[in-house]
Amino acid sequence: MVWRILIGFIVVIAVLFGGFYAWAWRSEIPPAQPHDASSFDPAIVAKGAQLAALGSCAVCHTKAGGKPYAGGYPVETPFGTIYGTNITPDRETGIGTWSAAAFQRAMREGVTRDGRHLYPAFPYDHFTYATDSDINALYAFIMTREPARQTDRRPDIIFPLNIRLFAAAWKLMFLHRGPYQTDVTRHDAWARGAYLIASLGHCGACHTPRNSLGAEKRAQAFDGGVGEGWRAPALNENSLAPAPWTAGALFNYLRHGFDAQHGHVAGPMAPVSHNLAKASESDVRAIAAYVASLSGARNGAAQPAKIEAALAAARKLTPPVYGATPANQTTGSAAASDSVGAKIFTGACATCHHSGGGLPVSRPVDLGLSTSLNSDDPANVLQIVLYGIHPPPGQAGRIMPGFQGALTEAQIVALTDYVRTHFTRKPQWNDVAGALAKIRRQRQAATETPQ
Amino acid sequence: MTVLTVNGKEHQVSADPNTPLLYVLRNDLKLNGAKFGCGLGQCGACTVLVDHEPVFSCVLPISVLEGRQITTVEGLGTPEQPGPLQRAFATEQAAQCGYCIAGMIMRAQGLLDHKPSPTDAEIRAHMEPNLCRCGTHMRILRAVRRAVSEMKTARTEPVR
Repeated sequence: MVWRILIGFIVVIAVLFGGFYAWAWRSEIPPAQPHDASSFDPAIVAKGAQLAALGSCAVCHTKAGGKPYAGGYPVETPFGTIYGTNITPDRETGIGTWSAAAFQRAMREGVTRDGRHLYPAFPYDHFTYATDSDINALYAFIMTREPARQTDRRPDIIFPLNIRLFAAAWKLMFLHRGPYQTDVTRHDAWARGAYLIASLGHCGACHTPRNSLGAEKRAQAFDGGVGEGWRAPALNENSLAPAPWTAGALFNYLRHGFDAQHGHVAGPMAPVSHNLAKASESDVRAIAAYVASLSGARNGAAQPAKIEAALAAARKLTPPVYGATPANQTTGSAAASDSVGAKIFTGACATCHHSGGGLPVSRPVDLGLSTSLNSDDPANVLQIVLYGIHPPPGQAGRIMPGFQGALTEAQIVALTDYVRTHFTRKPQWNDVAGALAKIRRQRQAATETPQ
Repeated sequence: MTVLTVNGKEHQVSADPNTPLLYVLRNDLKLNGAKFGCGLGQCGACTVLVDHEPVFSCVLPISVLEGRQITTVEGLGTPEQPGPLQRAFATEQAAQCGYCIAGMIMRAQGLLDHKPSPTDAEIRAHMEPNLCRCGTHMRILRAVRRAVSEMKTARTEPVR
């Protein structure tokens, strides 16, 4: 009897696994003939270039100092490190043998030309929503790039997730295949923005929190997430930005990397904004219109008044400059004008930051308007204090120097406590020293990763 | 009074603790190697080392520097006995107007203190925060490379 139950059990498991394996199995798509770059319509290639910029493909598919799209960029995940692959049309190490159908299958289902399942670090859970014509334009753009010979680096994923079949199981649970369901009542910039964000823009990859298996929590879309040691702020009504995000402000921020009521792009968002400068302007405006609507309920109709109020509140929190007493001084606390943090701020930061946007070179905004200072944890503030803000290598742009070598750990903690309590009405963060140590460890690990 | 350790020597400084290190170096200690360029941590002319890390001395108050080792270009050698980087910068004629050079040397020293044999890409990435308005960057890079190779030779020479 026991044996019969056991055998029955084994049979059921075997049948289930067989069914899953059959479901997960993907055939190889035959190699395509070599492409002649001139066979692609230049107008389609140009459209693909704009979409590739919009999706920031180059960020994960280019390593520091490497050839564009030749791969090697380390994507850190809770399950290990995955390296962006070579997507140049090199026939041996890139995707030169991929037909349009193979490319489309990779974008929609996360499967390589030879039938292997890709890990969802490649955001096919978003790209699956892209239209045929957009995917084909991207294909035309990619296939007309300079082929680069660079062998892909194997992912360092923990066992047993390094077995590719687990990626298929992940898809069974979490991949909601396209096409994108348009709001049929809207045919305007808003609808275009909604489509772009859900698909090629893949904004939710960072701005939506993920569950323990690394899938986006769809019920908490745009509630804010994490990426590369930074907090990706909430884009919806949970946004912590003191001044509301209008479509105009978002356009400035996304397209030019700066908005007077919100500040400069930094961290992993900096290359995104840099790329969006090369995307289609109307598409960036569409994204701005849609993202503004996400926090629309919070902002209501009286946006100009709310921006004025936020500005006035930030101005009230102006820093002490060389001995002046701040209006909201709390004696004995980190916010007191004679605290260690206040002294560091006066000597190291106030030269630029006291002017609240008046400085022509770097244009720092009133710190009271900073989303990072109003955030639930100090990660972004620490990243900026430690490593500063810099334009892409070799390009002009705003600079804030980093203070990692200049200030000791205790000094950075004191400074962080001061700016948090002085420029916002929020309580001191817990365990700033712990957050600081974590960021330094991550940075250390990243710089030691052999390229 | 703030006690600063500059080039291995302790100094009692009476300046306001909020005063940037650069002003104290130049006005109080008469060490005029580090230069005032922008005063905003944007150009690197004021670069000195604090505990072997290159920092912008124009945006660093002396209040945070007690007990730490400050090194300026004067600490690397003398006109009679220049240090390896100073000698290499002179040999390569890396200075045109010279305003940025003390900062350039100190930033390079910060790299060589941690990494005696940097690659070309590492030198370029490390030197990026420092600007030179005359455009002598190629000579500056040559000078850093020369210092690297001369220091390597010095290390591998047998002791007699």
